[in-house]
Amino acid sequence: MNVVDVSRWQFGITTVYHFIFVPLTIGLAPLIAVMQTVWVVTDNVAWYRLTKFFGKLFLINFALGVATGIVQEFQFGMNWSEYSRFVGDVFGVPLAMEGLAAFFFESTFLGLWIFGWSRLPRLIHLACIWIVAVAVNLSAFFIIAANSFMQHPVGAHYNPKTGRAELTSIVALLTNNFARGAVSHAVAGSLLTGGTFIAAVCAWWMVRSHRGTGDDDARTMYRPATILGCLVALTAAVGLFFTGDTQGKLMFHQQPMKMASAESLCDKQTDPDFSILTVGRQNNCDSLTRVLEVPYVLPFLAEGRFHDVKLQGVRDIQRDYQHRFGPGDYRPNLFVTYWSFRAMIGFLLVPVLFALVSLWVTRGNRVPGQRWFSWLALLTIPSPFLANSAGWVFTEMGRQPWVVAPNPTGDQQVRLTVAEGVSSHAPGVVVTSLVMFTLVYGVLAVIWFWLLKRYVVEGPQEHDAEPAPPTPPGADEIAPLSFAY
Amino acid sequence: MTLHQLWFGVLAVLFLGFLILEGFDFGVGMLMEPLARVGSGDPESRRRAVLNTIGPVWDGNEVWLITAGGAMFAAYPGMYATVFSSLYLPLLAILFGMIVRAVSIEWRGKIDDPKWRRWADFGIAAGSWLPALLWGVAFAVLVRGLPVNAKHQVHLSVTDVLNAYTLLGGLATCGLFLLYGAIFVALKTSGPVHDDALRAATWLSLPVTALVAGFGMWTQLAYGKTWTWLVLAVAVVAQLAAVALVLSRAHEGWAFLCTALVVTAVVVLLFGALYPDLVPSTLNPQWSVTINNASSSPYTLTIMTWATAIFAPLVMVYQGWTYWVFRQRISADRIPPSIGLARRAP
Repeated sequence: MNVVDVSRWQFGITTVYHFIFVPLTIGLAPLIAVMQTVWVVTDNVAWYRLTKFFGKLFLINFALGVATGIVQEFQFGMNWSEYSRFVGDVFGVPLAMEGLAAFFFESTFLGLWIFGWSRLPRLIHLACIWIVAVAVNLSAFFIIAANSFMQHPVGAHYNPKTGRAELTSIVALLTNNFARGAVSHAVAGSLLTGGTFIAAVCAWWMVRSHRGTGDDDARTMYRPATILGCLVALTAAVGLFFTGDTQGKLMFHQQPMKMASAESLCDKQTDPDFSILTVGRQNNCDSLTRVLEVPYVLPFLAEGRFHDVKLQGVRDIQRDYQHRFGPGDYRPNLFVTYWSFRAMIGFLLVPVLFALVSLWVTRGNRVPGQRWFSWLALLTIPSPFLANSAGWVFTEMGRQPWVVAPNPTGDQQVRLTVAEGVSSHAPGVVVTSLVMFTLVYGVLAVIWFWLLKRYVVEGPQEHDAEPAPPTPPGADEIAPLSFAY
Repeated sequence: MTLHQLWFGVLAVLFLGFLILEGFDFGVGMLMEPLARVGSGDPESRRRAVLNTIGPVWDGNEVWLITAGGAMFAAYPGMYATVFSSLYLPLLAILFGMIVRAVSIEWRGKIDDPKWRRWADFGIAAGSWLPALLWGVAFAVLVRGLPVNAKHQVHLSVTDVLNAYTLLGGLATCGLFLLYGAIFVALKTSGPVHDDALRAATWLSLPVTALVAGFGMWTQLAYGKTWTWLVLAVAVVAQLAAVALVLSRAHEGWAFLCTALVVTAVVVLLFGALYPDLVPSTLNPQWSVTINNASSSPYTLTIMTWATAIFAPLVMVYQGWTYWVFRQRISADRIPPSIGLARRAP
């Protein structure tokens, strides 16, 4: 194993892992803010209980997102120091802004929200969760703007004197058309995750509550929350469809190799068919058998037309890149890009189906009590997470071998391969850290899952049944704590 | 003043923000167990009283580090690349410490079970001791210099990281954060925990003064500038004032401010000793990573200056407000009962 491969594995594992928790944070925060707003406005205590219930789940998840996020800030320098030197002038800016304009708000106001129940006036406390909700989305914007520079570098030029990429326009960097699509796509994916999570958990509780105690929680609390979650998930899915379509069309121009690879399109073709199933004995173009195909889809994905669309294949682009950038293998992993792209779309369909089923069984004024429905709800929960991961695996693996993919219409010198960007550690050093990350992260993932499960199964708690009376600080020297770690 | 110079100051301020806030967080984490064991009262309530002094604020405090890291990336990419790749293993240990600490603090109260809490307490302790020690080591390593070659790469040997000077640096920051944390706990609690925290500060005061003075003196003599003598003097005077206030059981707020001033002076001393280098080369001074050869372009630095000028004061205002909201003391006998779930569903 060479240091590039080990470092890539480490970055891949730590980043995919981090992004299990982040979409749930980004998606849940605004929905919890909505729940709390409904409670504050209507004084309906069901929404207070929902806010507290999902607030706890949110915090369990948030902790691990923050903890693994610390690694993200430093591992560019640790493992990709040549990359950091080459792009720091550009790439560092959105990262620093993320800290200044998003993380500070997010962490500070979340602390106020957790400990400020009944301490802060109601509206100020409500404002805290809204600030958190806006800040987590803002942080998604900054970090994806940074990532988009790796996919489609704009707003920068190559300075031969310093031998690195330098920022020429912050506005261009932050309004990168790739970033606009990617941010809205990732936020929609997060809302899908958050909406599905709320819908599925509440659907499960609705059935349980309806069959069990027979109290009216099922009707007054879980049913409206299930419907809210479903509507958010469906809206997000529509958003994903359109933003994903925009992204795809951009990538056919900006990173043709990624899309050719995702379609396992090996040679130049006019109006190629969209492949649904391809089998290959080896992971390359020579051994592909295309099993199932549909016409018209691919030309539409690429250009928005059904006819007269010429697409370059992997082999053509490889020849072209060798001509432009010198000898080398510019093909991403065919198997991974092909299947991650399909997994992303496939896993998206599960929550959509679940949301439609949920809206159907709750139609009119119905409260469902079918056991199969509660099982369906639980089985749906992992899907949006898997779709998020698959999407990132696709877009990052499809970028290979580049760490900064050349922009076809930009400065051709602003480009760097992964192999050029890596820190020159001994492979053993990185293997050691990789093993440690895997072990620690593995243990934490088990605890995270178990805690979430424990809290979901327990449901809204007794002590959260009624909002506590306000306890303003007053003149007392000792704090009247309503909550403590 | 050029932007290159200005950003050296900004970076120092961001790290100062981190150490001045997270410094007492580390201290609280390190002292949680000892303070629970000494003195009277239920250890679990005492533990929670200590932990909740930083409850609403520790996460926001930690963002100063994230922002300092991001700012270093944006303003001095050459430094970011060299420092973090060469100090790979120590930094990894710090990261694991901070990961474990973050989840332990947040998850500790989620399950009402003694074994669960013991694990969380271990995580909080390890995640506080390790960074408190290693940040001192890391800064001492930087001031002492690394074998930076002409291409700004480093091939490290163990003695570059672990030697008498850097170990003293680690002990000094660790000790200083212990004292700082003890005074913070005294400032934020009442009752027996408050008294015991003051007692801990009393015990710590002399050894910590010796460690800080020793490390400060070594730094000044080996790497200091003329003007940093003044900074060292401020550190020593503030430290003595803090000790005097602790021993006389006088105003805790002033003792806290004096210790914060010691932390400030130590950070200024370290950065002052470094300037204008960012990573001095022990092989050839020509090869050092400096504010001039590692910095970003003037355009990037200008953008970053604006962003910081707008957001940093805002951050200080709302973080300050948070401290005001939670200004009251915490008492072990007023800690609400644990609302964590049982380990198993009933």
